[in-house]
Amino acid sequence: MNNIFVVFKKQIKDTFTNKSVLLQVILYPIVTLLMENLIRTEGMSEHLYTKMFSAMYVGMTPLISMASIIAEEKEKNTLRVLMMSNVKPWQYLTGIGLYVWVIFMVGAGMMTISLNPANIPFYLLVMGLAAIVSIAVGACVGIITKNQMSATSQGSVIMLLLSFLPMLGMFNDAIGKAAHFVYTQHVRELLDEMSFSALKLDGAIIVAVNAVLAVGLFIAAYRKKGLE
Amino acid sequence: MIQCNGITKTYTDKKVLSGISFDIPDGQIFGLLGPSGAGKTTLIKILTGQLTFDEGSAMILQKNVKRLSGEDKKKIGIMMDQFGVYERLSCYDNLKVFADIYGTPKEKIMETLKLVGLEDAAKKPASALSKGMRVRLQLARVFMISPDVIFLDEPTTGLDPMTMKHIHKIILDKKKQGSTIFLTTHNMEEAAKLCDTVALLNEGVIVDSGAPDEICRRFNHQKKIVLHLKSGEDVELPHSKESAEKISKLLEADEVETIHSSEPTLETVFLELTGRKLEEDN
Repeated sequence: MNNIFVVFKKQIKDTFTNKSVLLQVILYPIVTLLMENLIRTEGMSEHLYTKMFSAMYVGMTPLISMASIIAEEKEKNTLRVLMMSNVKPWQYLTGIGLYVWVIFMVGAGMMTISLNPANIPFYLLVMGLAAIVSIAVGACVGIITKNQMSATSQGSVIMLLLSFLPMLGMFNDAIGKAAHFVYTQHVRELLDEMSFSALKLDGAIIVAVNAVLAVGLFIAAYRKKGLE
Repeated sequence: MIQCNGITKTYTDKKVLSGISFDIPDGQIFGLLGPSGAGKTTLIKILTGQLTFDEGSAMILQKNVKRLSGEDKKKIGIMMDQFGVYERLSCYDNLKVFADIYGTPKEKIMETLKLVGLEDAAKKPASALSKGMRVRLQLARVFMISPDVIFLDEPTTGLDPMTMKHIHKIILDKKKQGSTIFLTTHNMEEAAKLCDTVALLNEGVIVDSGAPDEICRRFNHQKKIVLHLKSGEDVELPHSKESAEKISKLLEADEVETIHSSEPTLETVFLELTGRKLEEDN
């Protein structure tokens, strides 16, 4: 437990000087709040921007943050030092995962400002669960890629799919059909209704398959490449 | 404390280590000398369990290196050039991470920064450090935890003479405190000054080993005395009765500026054994 906490604490300290991670965390909440407060058109559904950007936020930030942190530690050889200091790979990944989840949830908390207070627990629960899937995908990317640059570029492709498909699906039926197989789409649908009743059986299966796939890919990548 | 028996390591097309054997007793400094690419870092990686090997056996802390537990690893300190530091964190915070992992008291952080001469840079981010300061930070990470076994991979490469001297003193202090130190270097003066035993490694093979003085004496084939006279002339004389008389006369006539015996250095021994210089790649 101590090592997980040490890794977590180290990342927290790093956040204050790591502008790229900081930017990823606060960008969506700030844009969301600005849009919610500045842009209003007639007939626009309530909290449209919060719901739309939330799906993008959950598909992007945990994934890229996780991938870039792992890749940077590999590239700079600090991960090797940790491993040689008896920090187990699972402790490291849990520490980083926990950190990414916490900072993501801080951002998600900021995005709830314009929501109805009664919906906030539901919103945070959905976002928190979906972030775990994104973190697993990000860990995969971080393990597979050799350095931060390739983590960001390769992660961006997956990130774009996960974050933009639900939004584009709103405007294009074909994309909407493809987006149906991605968990972020169902996150958006859940947030549209703010109720678990919005999650149909096929949707629940797709989310579960996405989660199992992410964890499965992570295990396969870890077994093949390890952490170094 | 560290035992190696017939270690062989091959990468796809090249044998990088071949039949490496040695035994380092507790509390000694062992120096592995060799030019870049000789296999020094590979051997450290093998001994610290970072790399597998093909043949032979290696023991550290009386345990097979392939089966080192987490607690064993905590008794081993490793400083390698390839090991990074957290660029955005301060020197203090860099050490704090490892102090927390090892359960080292907080006071030891500043104490260690002071020991390596980085107390004024405690709040400086590692990215702002010079190469020498960065090496000192890497060393501080090792020295802070007072390990039983210390591996130092070319710890003074690129350092200025003053800093190098300071680091040498710390290494000798750690030895006094009971640590066993495995040091790689291509600096023969450093090896001669610090090491109880050295092994000369060339292209993955130990070509000779022993105490530095003993190796140099063993390779003193020429047994010559070299005199530099006030006239500017250099005179080489063999070890003989006639030479003694000649030297005596020159001294009496106050013609001698300097007088040296001609024992080889580790550098010349290495050159004789391998035809290569220790620092030819640097």
